[in-house]
Amino acid sequence: MSQAAAAPWFELQGITKVYGQGESEVRALDGIDLLIEQGELVAVMGASGSGKSTCMNIIGCLDTPTAGRYLFHGADVGGLDRDQRALIRRHFIGFVFQGFNLLPRTSAVENVELPLVYRRVEAEERRVRALSALKAVGLDGREKHTPSELSGGQQQRVAIARALVSEPSLLLADEPTGNLDSSRTKEIMELLVQLNQERGLTIVMITHEPELANYVKRRIVFKDGRIVEDRPVRSS
Amino acid sequence: MLLGTIWMALREIRKNAMRSILTMLGVVIGVGAVVTLVTVGDGATASVTASISALGNNVLMVMPGSDRRPGSSGATGDPLEIADAGAIREIAGLLAVAPTASKQLLAVYGNKSWRTTVSGVTTDYLPARGYAVEKGRNLTTGEVTAGRAVCLIGATVARELFGSGDPLGAAVRLGRVSCTIIGVLGSKGAGMMGNDNDDLILLPIKAFQRRIAGNTNVAMIFVAVAEGRSTSSIKQQIEGLMRERRRIGRGAPDDFNVRDMQEIIETVSTTNKMMTALLGAVAAVSLLVGGIGIMNIMLVSVTERTREIGIRLAVGALGRDVLLQFLIEAITLSTLGGALGVILGMGGAYAITQALKMPFLVSPNMIVLAFAFSAFVGVLFGYLPARKAAHLDPIEALRHE
Repeated sequence: MSQAAAAPWFELQGITKVYGQGESEVRALDGIDLLIEQGELVAVMGASGSGKSTCMNIIGCLDTPTAGRYLFHGADVGGLDRDQRALIRRHFIGFVFQGFNLLPRTSAVENVELPLVYRRVEAEERRVRALSALKAVGLDGREKHTPSELSGGQQQRVAIARALVSEPSLLLADEPTGNLDSSRTKEIMELLVQLNQERGLTIVMITHEPELANYVKRRIVFKDGRIVEDRPVRSS
Repeated sequence: MLLGTIWMALREIRKNAMRSILTMLGVVIGVGAVVTLVTVGDGATASVTASISALGNNVLMVMPGSDRRPGSSGATGDPLEIADAGAIREIAGLLAVAPTASKQLLAVYGNKSWRTTVSGVTTDYLPARGYAVEKGRNLTTGEVTAGRAVCLIGATVARELFGSGDPLGAAVRLGRVSCTIIGVLGSKGAGMMGNDNDDLILLPIKAFQRRIAGNTNVAMIFVAVAEGRSTSSIKQQIEGLMRERRRIGRGAPDDFNVRDMQEIIETVSTTNKMMTALLGAVAAVSLLVGGIGIMNIMLVSVTERTREIGIRLAVGALGRDVLLQFLIEAITLSTLGGALGVILGMGGAYAITQALKMPFLVSPNMIVLAFAFSAFVGVLFGYLPARKAAHLDPIEALRHE
């Protein structure tokens, strides 16, 4: 990864994903080319079934492409096996989901610690880093609360703290505000923008809501497994 | 990491306390049953062995009739005679040879009566059976030879007929015979079948034959073998001698038999051990059922926690991290169940052994085995659900509702 500075942060080359075979074959992705540089904040849009989620799963190393190359810091990770992909996720990628996906009946701080547990970080350091991540998302003082004791916006902040705590190269957010009302949505978006600006965190975010595009610098639109639009957004 | 995983498993178990307890119950009952049965079985073996040993490890019993195989048409055989005892006494290496014959009789003293076993014996009876005189004295050779009407009474008889009074010198009536008490035997306690070893009256065998039985039969000859002598070789000598004396032809079956206490102890403890093993096997089946219960709940748990597994996989857990987590959860469940089972089983065994007045013997081996087995049950029945969890597709798992 020594050439990381020179190589693009992430690059998809002709990524294709096909589900099923023969008659029932579905082309979820049809030759995607995409280049994401360090520090970008990208909104991915498109109707459901347009392939944007499949693309995110591949970028997030949750899924493998049927064809094409996925260069991650210059290394092809498209053909990695299950455990190798898990290691990429463990060390380089943070996830934020629409449904928050926190562990139930588990305190906020323990939820945030989870990625560090699998990084074999010592308990003490884990706690310190988790608390500082919670602080970064404005949740200090609520570390002992379980998800059911937190509002939707707070839960999503915990989820963002969890994604941040391992200091990933890339944060993938799948409709992070999909379950939130408009004022919470604004808060979360502002938090993401702040993280992007202050930490230079690369963020790729799926969204259905066109107005959220106002927060980002670049917008990508998927349709039928292809990128039909990819352009910078003027900051408002 | 492993400690952390165990800690995590314990927390998971606590979160579902009720379900975890119900899941463990199978293993608790299984292990509890094994521990109880084996402990009680060991106690029973020890108790029976001890009471047979109380009769004397090195005692042979010569009896008429070949009752080796119950129900077989073995010869009933003529009764033994006092002369047989005399002949056996010629064999080297014997401590005592005690011919005896017995009858259940009502012993009467004053206005009290007590039904007891009255035996005709010789001076050798006390050493052969391990009795000691507590008060008074043993029979003398003269009294035995002459068949005098004197007797020794057991502690139970003394208590029933005399209470706290002194029985020595008193005349007790046995049927039509009145005989003078010359000694009281020390207590030997309960025998192997719960019979009372102290409920007896002994009088010279000649007196018994002449005045009570009305014949010269000898029912049994006790032979005490000297320390260091092989009971089986003495047994063979007695058998040879008796065949000769009773003129049993070559190849004809014995019409008497010689029992070796050592043999009986071995038989009894083998039987007991077998029973224990069988009961243990039955209990092990319930442990197996308990294991299946754990597998069932773990499978439900994996399905229920699919999303959690998805989250863990997404943040970088390897398949084997998830496998280990669920496996350790299952093992923790079963081992906790095992521990509870051991405690419960020990309690149960203690209660039963106390109630039956048996020794309470704790076998550490068995406890370790019960633990190991319950942990093994956890591995065996936890593996499949854990593997299922580890092989979940993170995308599918995250989508799971």
